[in-house]
Amino acid sequence: MARELMKGNIAIAEAAVRAGLQAYFGYPITPQTELLEYLSQRMVELGRIFLQAESEIAAINMVYGAASTGVRVMTSSSSPGISLMQEGFSYLAGAQLPCVVVDVMRGGPGLGNILPSQGDYFQVTRSAGHGDFHPIVLAPASVQEAIDFTVLAFDLAEQYRHLVMVVADGQIGQMMEPAELPSMREVQTVGPDWALTGARGRPKRLISSIYMLGEEGEAFNRQVQARLQLIKSREQRCFEYQTEDAELLVIGYGTAGRIAYTAVEAARAAGLKVGLLRPQTLWPFPEERISTLSDSIRACLVVEMNAGQMIDDVRLAIGGQVPVDFYGRMGGVVPMPDDILAAIEETYARMTVRVRA
Amino acid sequence: MVATLIPPIEMDVIYERPTALSPVHTHYCPGCTHGIAHRLLAECLDELGLREQTVLIAPVGCSVFIYNYFEVDSCVAPHGRAPAVATGVKRVLPDRIVVTYQGDGDLVSIGAGEVLHAAARGERITTVFINNAVYGMTGGQMAPTTLPGQKTTSSPAGRDIRMTGNPIRMSEVIAQLGGAVYVVRRSLHDVANIRKAKKAILTALKVQMAGLGFSLVELLSTCPTNWGMSPPEAMEWVERHMVPVFPLGDFKVTDAVKDL
Repeated sequence: MARELMKGNIAIAEAAVRAGLQAYFGYPITPQTELLEYLSQRMVELGRIFLQAESEIAAINMVYGAASTGVRVMTSSSSPGISLMQEGFSYLAGAQLPCVVVDVMRGGPGLGNILPSQGDYFQVTRSAGHGDFHPIVLAPASVQEAIDFTVLAFDLAEQYRHLVMVVADGQIGQMMEPAELPSMREVQTVGPDWALTGARGRPKRLISSIYMLGEEGEAFNRQVQARLQLIKSREQRCFEYQTEDAELLVIGYGTAGRIAYTAVEAARAAGLKVGLLRPQTLWPFPEERISTLSDSIRACLVVEMNAGQMIDDVRLAIGGQVPVDFYGRMGGVVPMPDDILAAIEETYARMTVRVRA
Repeated sequence: MVATLIPPIEMDVIYERPTALSPVHTHYCPGCTHGIAHRLLAECLDELGLREQTVLIAPVGCSVFIYNYFEVDSCVAPHGRAPAVATGVKRVLPDRIVVTYQGDGDLVSIGAGEVLHAAARGERITTVFINNAVYGMTGGQMAPTTLPGQKTTSSPAGRDIRMTGNPIRMSEVIAQLGGAVYVVRRSLHDVANIRKAKKAILTALKVQMAGLGFSLVELLSTCPTNWGMSPPEAMEWVERHMVPVFPLGDFKVTDAVKDL
């Protein structure tokens, strides 16, 4: 299929349609609204379900209901709306229901603004709702990756009966880039063996997250943790550039990771041994690869569009083996490649001084 | 031996467990009317042949375990969100019967937004609304339906309407919405009213079968445990104190429903 010029939000929506999305429930919020608007026409045209809910809380609970019937279901929102959906995320995790959630992040805290941000890292990887669970979190850095990860998200959600989030920022959602869409997949007509369809000629089924006895609750939690461990062992993903002989490793995801790529290119041109690792999964975090690289690097620089959230995971993966510096912009400010290059040079100089000493 | 002494007697079955009702004991307190409401709903599902095509959405509250008592597919919703969850199910499965069963804390307080919008959209779902004027499961706190002056564990001096407002008559509110086509209030405090309640549930399900819109049956119910009364006293209290505040009646019956 040919590449065409597409806006990130629209590309995600069409990718979901082609991945077999059967039901979408959402609520308007900038900078993801085009996604909802596009699906309001596209889904109806295809005879599929589109509904604009009265709130993000209602939207995620409609997702919960639709997911109970075993169909491919999705919602999308942006940071403050994602906070409201956390109730539903926890119930979806507790009921082991697959679904896809798109978060096009904006500046916070509070109302913040509608500019690109990565302030949701903690929210999506650490505190997506009460109880012990993590969603699978995919972080695209281009419109093409946003398409690919949306399709992947549905497959992972079904494979693990788990909540999968595609976490972009306002930049990815709003910018236009040439990208290629996948071909249209057939919508599945046979549901899984746990789906609620009415107990015709079979025993009744239950979708629930309630376990009244402590022992039952713990046994269920162990089951969830085992599944999360399996995901952790299989699904860590990252993109690498010039890491082979790198002495300084730059780590950034999404838009920050993409801008860092340009800065790393410039640093290499200046003769600095710098490489880039761009996590594509934020949970599970690509800790294995970072841990391996920490044996051969001498310093690390984390770049984020927040005050430093992913840096905690980087530090855990590196385990104190090398110093970890940070460069971040907040409140909707997107760093320029030169800003990151300056931070690289600073860390690089400190690293060299340390080595001489 | 006994069988040979007593000749077999031809008997008619005049009472049996509805097939939609599970053969188990419930966890409800003695005198609680959830048992009556469950049985009425089960009888209606049986009479309309709906058991195998029904998805029941359980609330949070005393009836959270309703899935243990019905032989139907069920989904437990977060507190107050049953109408949103039901919307998700019904939109995917428009030919199935989707029923939410919710208490007054669930439906009138935390879930007020969800039920109003589901009704406004005319979701083809049926809500059985149990109003007993308190939060039951958490131990009898004040609800939006608590009567003025009524003592609860969170209004120990009696509900002071100057501080906490007046009871919300949710059925009357919902009846104002375009998508709601059948909204009635019944009571479970005596046999005559129980029979009327069953008729209303039957109509509400028929409304859904015909795809006419949103249907809701509010049932004035008892909570002897949290009211600190015996079951007979509780039944009497419903009639004496709840009915005057929550008058029984039909708040919305559209022409299409009358034609059913």
